[in-house]
Amino acid sequence: MAFDYDKYIRPGKLPHIWCPGCGHGIVMKGLIRAIDALGLKKEQTCIVSGIGCASRLPGYMDCCTLHTAHGRAAAFATGIKMARPEMTVICVGGDGDGVAIGGNHFIHACRRNIDITYVMMNNHIYGMTGGQFSPATPTGAKASTTPYGNPDPPFDIAKLAIGSGASFVARGTAFHAIQIDKLIVEAVRHKGFSVVEILDDCPTTYGRRNRFKSVVEMMNHLKEISVPIKAAAKMSPEQLQGKVITGVLYKEDKPEYCEQYQKVIERAQSGAK
Amino acid sequence: MAKKVGFIQGNEAAAYGALYAGCRFFAGYPITPSTEVAEVMSIELPKIGGKFIQMEDEIGAISAVVGASLTGAKSLTATSGPGLSLKQEIIGYACITEVPCVIINVMRGGPSTGMPTGPSQSDIMCARWGTHGDHAAITLVPASVQEIFEETVRAFNLAEKYRMPVFIMPDEIVGHMRERIEFPEPGELPVIDRTIPSVPPEQYKPYDITFGDVPPLAAFGSGYKFHVTGLNKMQDGFPTTKAAVVQAEEERQLRKVEANRSDIMKWEEYLVDDADVVIVACGSTSRSARFAVNEARKEGLKAGLFRLITFWPFPEERLLDISRKVKAFITPEMSLGQCNGVVKGCIEGNAPVHGIYHVDGEPVNPGEILARIREAC
Repeated sequence: MAFDYDKYIRPGKLPHIWCPGCGHGIVMKGLIRAIDALGLKKEQTCIVSGIGCASRLPGYMDCCTLHTAHGRAAAFATGIKMARPEMTVICVGGDGDGVAIGGNHFIHACRRNIDITYVMMNNHIYGMTGGQFSPATPTGAKASTTPYGNPDPPFDIAKLAIGSGASFVARGTAFHAIQIDKLIVEAVRHKGFSVVEILDDCPTTYGRRNRFKSVVEMMNHLKEISVPIKAAAKMSPEQLQGKVITGVLYKEDKPEYCEQYQKVIERAQSGAK
Repeated sequence: MAKKVGFIQGNEAAAYGALYAGCRFFAGYPITPSTEVAEVMSIELPKIGGKFIQMEDEIGAISAVVGASLTGAKSLTATSGPGLSLKQEIIGYACITEVPCVIINVMRGGPSTGMPTGPSQSDIMCARWGTHGDHAAITLVPASVQEIFEETVRAFNLAEKYRMPVFIMPDEIVGHMRERIEFPEPGELPVIDRTIPSVPPEQYKPYDITFGDVPPLAAFGSGYKFHVTGLNKMQDGFPTTKAAVVQAEEERQLRKVEANRSDIMKWEEYLVDDADVVIVACGSTSRSARFAVNEARKEGLKAGLFRLITFWPFPEERLLDISRKVKAFITPEMSLGQCNGVVKGCIEGNAPVHGIYHVDGEPVNPGEILARIREAC
């Protein structure tokens, strides 16, 4: 029997705003399958976003949903998780939202290792505003504000997360649709701050400026550049040039923030310091 | 039984007032001269199972506060000038999404870094118009340690009652001075909690105006699923650009305060009834003004004090009344005329409004005010 996505989608809120060929819908379906596989209760699941195309995702989901201000998803989510640790809190959003204007909140959420999952849809561009370069845009790429090619080097979002202290970091792509829910399931099950970067496509504002002739070509590109982590282990640095490693990139057991704060409460209540 | 008394700082009183009001979540960022609020909350909140978090920046702090409030926790942040500027983005978010929260802003010299340890009253307009777009504002300006405690309780009550952010803005002098305080007993001051929905989850809409201008607010995690966005929204919380809906919703958000001015506004009139000259002042400046009024009365000069306790909404109607029978107003303030302009704006030119302005980090002393009273009488 076909999977019933409708169970998790708010009645009457479709069609979505995403362009034909955009990968965000693929990610949303992955998220829905993950929520289903995890058996999460919708009223105990909070989906938090910032601003941008990807950040419109919560509005379609039949959960507790919070569409915050640009870049602030991780900070709002931190307040929610601290105040209601029993809720499952999932941030969603794009690359510009998450690691440019929201970069500070993102790295500090990683550092605290608070039990939130951040699904970052990296389409390498600010799509909603018409295709300006983001901190994830490859050097040399064309964007509406890099008409001569992007002089900036990009962030490696997964490495940024690992370096900042996130205890679970994974990467997938919109092409590898059936892997997305598996990565999100593992991320949510992991106790601590987990990041799932999904390489995504924006045919409208990135593809057409960067010589991708079609959505199919963009999707094939995602397929061609990605190398599963097991395969990558057997490849030389030369062979990995221009490739992106996918799968669970990092996993570590370490103290989770809400649990650590619970110890603070216990110390305060026992009169100790 | 004698009341519990203390000899504490204004900022500490603000923190204890917040706890009395039922505050259970604090997020902040260190900034002079408000940091003591955070320090007290970091000690006291975990003792009662509340949560304290020092965030990575001021925007993160107010964001966490709004997030926590959406789960039903009464939430507080504390800051000062530069932090207030940074928080404005999410203060606007709390306005449009109608999420209760309290912001303590201890006023220091500005603009920018200004004078971090110097007193000021120059954030008054920032509290009214700092965030972009049209929005209502409630700002309380206490003048003593006792009043900081009580007004912080009231700030939470107003935030909960009207579903909006509320500012409490002591100037640095009031924030840092130490005075005797009598701690109110539990139950002595009213404590108001937000109205939660009476309808089952499937019928709930977060902006359901069939319940009036302040719709009930459910908590995330309490069994209700709903959507919250900073976009202009419909009653069900989802974005809309429908002209009539957007206009009506924005007007309703302003009406929450405008239609309830008498419930929100609070001031004290001291020797105003027969006064020829009325001083309009708040915070520490009002204490200098009271001294000056007493001295003037000894000289036979009919001076009075109109002490603002709520700055926003501003008691325009009452000042207009008073303006019909006085020779002049004087506005001593630690700003370059922010209060003066507001008074002028509401008295229809009935009397001159003389300003005494300090932005030099020095309080307005009673002698200056007395000299101006003599000139005006």
